Amino acid sequence: MTGRTEPDESAHEAEPWDRVISPSSAVSPLPFHEIWKYRDLLFLLTKRDIIAFYKQTLLGPLWFFVQPILTSLIYVLVFGRIARLSTDGVPQLAFYLCGVTFWNYFAECFNKTATVFKDNAHVFGKVYFPRIIMPLSIVLSNLVRFLVQFLLLLCCVAWYWHLGHIRPNAYILCIPLLVAVMASLGLSFGMLFSSVTTKYRDMIFLLQFGVQLLMYATPVVYPSSEIPNAAAKALSWNPLGPIFEMARYGLLGAGEVSMTSIAYTVCFAAVATLVSALVFDQVQRTAMDTI
Amino acid sequence: MTIAIQFEGVSKRYRIGQIGTGTLSHDLHRTLAKMLGKPDPFAKIGQENTTSNTPNNEYVLALHDISININQGEVFGIIGHNGAGKSTFLKLLSQITAPTSGAIRSRGRIASLLEVGTGFHPELTGRENIYVNGAVLGMNRKEISAELERIVEFSGCSKYLDTPVKRYSSGMTTRLGFAVAAHLRCEILIIDEVLAVGDAAFQDRCIGRINEITSGGRTTVLVSHNMALMRRLANRCMLLQQGKSTCVGATADVISTYLQGSQHGESPGFRSLASHPNRLAGMKPLLQAVKLHDISGEQTSTFIQGTPIKIEINYDASKHPEQLSGIGFIVHSITGARVGGFNSYMATQPPHQIPQSGITTFTVNSPALTPGVYRLTISIGSHQSRLIDKIEPAIDFRIEPDDIYATGYLLTAEDGVVAFECDFSSTES
Repeated sequence: MTGRTEPDESAHEAEPWDRVISPSSAVSPLPFHEIWKYRDLLFLLTKRDIIAFYKQTLLGPLWFFVQPILTSLIYVLVFGRIARLSTDGVPQLAFYLCGVTFWNYFAECFNKTATVFKDNAHVFGKVYFPRIIMPLSIVLSNLVRFLVQFLLLLCCVAWYWHLGHIRPNAYILCIPLLVAVMASLGLSFGMLFSSVTTKYRDMIFLLQFGVQLLMYATPVVYPSSEIPNAAAKALSWNPLGPIFEMARYGLLGAGEVSMTSIAYTVCFAAVATLVSALVFDQVQRTAMDTI
Repeated sequence: MTIAIQFEGVSKRYRIGQIGTGTLSHDLHRTLAKMLGKPDPFAKIGQENTTSNTPNNEYVLALHDISININQGEVFGIIGHNGAGKSTFLKLLSQITAPTSGAIRSRGRIASLLEVGTGFHPELTGRENIYVNGAVLGMNRKEISAELERIVEFSGCSKYLDTPVKRYSSGMTTRLGFAVAAHLRCEILIIDEVLAVGDAAFQDRCIGRINEITSGGRTTVLVSHNMALMRRLANRCMLLQQGKSTCVGATADVISTYLQGSQHGESPGFRSLASHPNRLAGMKPLLQAVKLHDISGEQTSTFIQGTPIKIEINYDASKHPEQLSGIGFIVHSITGARVGGFNSYMATQPPHQIPQSGITTFTVNSPALTPGVYRLTISIGSHQSRLIDKIEPAIDFRIEPDDIYATGYLLTAEDGVVAFECDFSSTES
């Protein structure tokens, strides 16, 4: 792409153009080559997001732990003690902490990616780099956050395992795959939504609301074994369900694992990623005119 | 000569006004028309980009069918009024937005400097921001590390390198931003008026650095309102008017076309006075016409600061009974202040007398005026206290800024009306 062009008079006929910009350039939804070229930018933006998150805060990186712990405690109180939802016999704190940790990662990827053009208008309007770098850096910096929180979850799991309340199994090894699939779902939902939020600002409110509702359509605060049969069919389309069930089965030893549903989720994520990347590529061309 | 950048029939259409109700329906309407193979219902062929006339249709062509080849190693300037499409041109070239039609081809790595300090995060330190900013502008970490020392030295922020940028003064932030930009590694550099930042001394260093970069054989595309700078840096220019390329050629030619075109009226620098609306009451129409010329003899109403202004007045009093004794002019600033003037009484000894008809020429050799618009009043009389004809004002002219002090400091209306020529020295006590 960046072959240096020497001022060679004879060569100019044969020399190809490095770059051609036209209203409908050949569609390359996942410009791996360009992403690789800008890998340093991806790294630096990810680092920037992480550093900026806890700079000038009293507790610093400890904030990564405060949010999931407090949320889990509230869930224990509301869903566990007051609503008395079943947790498939798993200690409530471990159950909710697992759900909250995974859900946070998905929701952050989705929410931040969906408003990527609006949030970065000042940068996008002044300089070019492959726009997909920004969503990717969101996914990566949140992945770091997720990993820190996951460590907390592992401590919690180890504690309950030690007490003999739960029994993790080999499915725990699938977690990297589950996280990758979940991240790509968050990314692709976000990229699809970003095409709408650049034009219609009110879609951002719908988005925040929608993500909240989606959480209740996903077995985050309840196990899918508790879903009544009538609703099970309606909720089976949700590709996030199998991820949460399988993660919980691996970590806590309770959950419904079916190969068909996880295969569905993986296919869904693959198709969604491809389609959303295509849409995103089209949107980024002129997004700065409408933002 | 190798072509570095090629624009081929590039147009860019924008929608004007608020995006409100009905947008979705417009979009659907257009999509439907597109699907049926019908022409776009919201585009008008030949619609021009004018700010003055309000088009019925909501779309405006910011750039219209631009075709241009920019050669390798060339410093190419873009000139035009506000809203002529300069920024759109740069945005398309920098790939910030895609053209509506046409194609832009280029060879070599492009770095665009449409703003300094893009991507700076206030919480990060100077060093961290250098890396992020450099990467945003297309460098990799190795390249930034290699340039780090020079960047820091150029910015003069070495002491504060590990301080968050939010603690920097705005001047320091700008300097740091420019320092990163000035050390970009690329084959094609795009610059948009970023020079209008920082104090005079830093501006001078920026211009020096740009001079250095451009003389190194790097293809540069430059947009600026500063004609003096343009003249100094650019080999070739393009004049954009209402989104169209109206003139491409050597810098001096394009600039003079631009300056002439920037006056209202048919012929800049000329005004028929025979029936002028500003003739004072009771005056006889003796003054016929006024023409303004610049140093090269070109008729114009725009002058580079410090260059001579030639005023040619045509009058005819052959049918007037009184003998004419003098003629003169007065210059007012646009705010109404009387700046100065000259007349034949000052130029000659008594007895005062001028021909009954003819052409009078005044040449103001060094008009010490700051940039801006000035109004010229002309009068003619039979005695110092008896005016026969006076037009107030007869014609306007404009002074364009120039680097008259050779320091990079450009005077503005803020600096008053008169540009002093002044010596300066300071000693430490």
